[in-house]
Amino acid sequence: MYVAVKGGERAIENAHAWLAEERRGNGDVAELSLAQIREQLSLAVNRVMAEGSLYDPDLAALAIKQARGDLIEAIFLIRAYRTTLPRFGATKPVDTGAMDCDRRISATFKDAPGGQVLGPTFDYTHRLLDFKLAAEGGESLEAPKAAPRHQPTPHITEFLAGEDIIQREPESEAAPGDLTRQPMSFPAGRDIRLQSLTRGDEGFLLGLAYSTQRGYARNHAFVGELRIGTVAVEMEIPELGFAIEIGEVELTECETVNQFKGSKTEPPQFTRGYGLVFGQTERKAISMALVDRALRWRELGEDDLGAAAQDEEFVLSHSDNIQATGFLEHIKLPHYVDFQSELELVRKLRREAGADATREAAE
Amino acid sequence: MDETGINGTEARRGWMSLLARAPERRLMALWDAFSPRPEFNWLRRPETGAVMVRGRMGGTGAPFNLGEMTVTRCSLALAEGAVGHGYVQGRGAARAEAAALIDALMQTEAGGAVRAAILDPLEEAMQTARTARAAKAAATKVDFFTLVRGED
Repeated sequence: MYVAVKGGERAIENAHAWLAEERRGNGDVAELSLAQIREQLSLAVNRVMAEGSLYDPDLAALAIKQARGDLIEAIFLIRAYRTTLPRFGATKPVDTGAMDCDRRISATFKDAPGGQVLGPTFDYTHRLLDFKLAAEGGESLEAPKAAPRHQPTPHITEFLAGEDIIQREPESEAAPGDLTRQPMSFPAGRDIRLQSLTRGDEGFLLGLAYSTQRGYARNHAFVGELRIGTVAVEMEIPELGFAIEIGEVELTECETVNQFKGSKTEPPQFTRGYGLVFGQTERKAISMALVDRALRWRELGEDDLGAAAQDEEFVLSHSDNIQATGFLEHIKLPHYVDFQSELELVRKLRREAGADATREAAE
Repeated sequence: MDETGINGTEARRGWMSLLARAPERRLMALWDAFSPRPEFNWLRRPETGAVMVRGRMGGTGAPFNLGEMTVTRCSLALAEGAVGHGYVQGRGAARAEAAALIDALMQTEAGGAVRAAILDPLEEAMQTARTARAAKAAATKVDFFTLVRGED
């Protein structure tokens, strides 16, 4: 139990003043601007938006600057800020089939209509430090161009749907649950699971996803399709009586294709795991898809193998890094009253044990 | 213009969507260069809030909540009566105000001038940026081929 303590105001003020000084670092070095963070540390910005669950690159850049680059602290700042915003409503579900794709690859279908488009990827780089980047004042770079494609890039699974060889997603317009409005309860629906996973900690989901690949709830996933790009966000505007686009967001979408032997009711077919995350966040989206698929064991009539990634309550209760860090870090705050009583208890037990020992020695 | 007709609604949907997504610097530069500036009264001053963005399971299935995005909105009425609504992505009171004024002006006789001075250049700039990105993506299109095994 945490009991409030008083005092230490001056020490706290001075600590925060020193924090501000340390944040700025050596004054001889130019200060970072938010635009620099937004443009040049964009994958950090993307992670803060995804796990902060608020799409706003400028705010995410500010949070990263304020948090000295501690991304979980930055996510905390964004989560706190979003609670101050009025909710204007909910958008229509985004149409990822109409995405303007920067990247679109498939590990399973080499001749995917629309082609395999690598985009600005770290894949196939040699992971050797590039010391040219250490020299400042490099010239601005321009990537090569080719004839642009203007047609939409349909999902690869759409081409297989005719064969029924891959599980279809049931169509529905049911209003989804919102874990920011109602406390989570178990079993949670897939809507709540996906909302929880998309804002969950990347490292935690990566570890869980990796565990499924290594054999804990093995479901042998392939990346059927991975796409990154921008989609328009549409919302009904009550005062207008029709929908307009209120913006566009960059998203990463991953669909995995998984083996499925079939069940009593379903013929053998491929099943799917789904990941959809704000920003260019590919590792997270693939992890999300693998964990989503592992959590679907019940609806697919698979066995509960007792694996962590299959345990919905375990996964959803521990994937939120702000809940986790809040509880974890609170144990460093003053617990003197608790500890005082523990100390008394241990001293008493030791006295009794000592008395027993003395008595035994005497007997 | 005929604001109640299908064409009127479709056109308004188009310019409001354009204004919502317009890059701040570009929109404000075009708006600042526009004159005459109309008199107006606020119906709702700019306020920033969040909207919950939704996705679909598997891209095509049932909806789920993906996360929120920031939006700034406002409403105003021109002295001559036209009501304009501004909805823009992000936090930008000045941008929302410009969007609402442009929305209102588009419903007046000034509509043609506003389209020529603001909407057309904005649309063109955004289309150029989009095409440039698509061209860079196209340059990274690969053709993987699987190697034939020797024993076949």
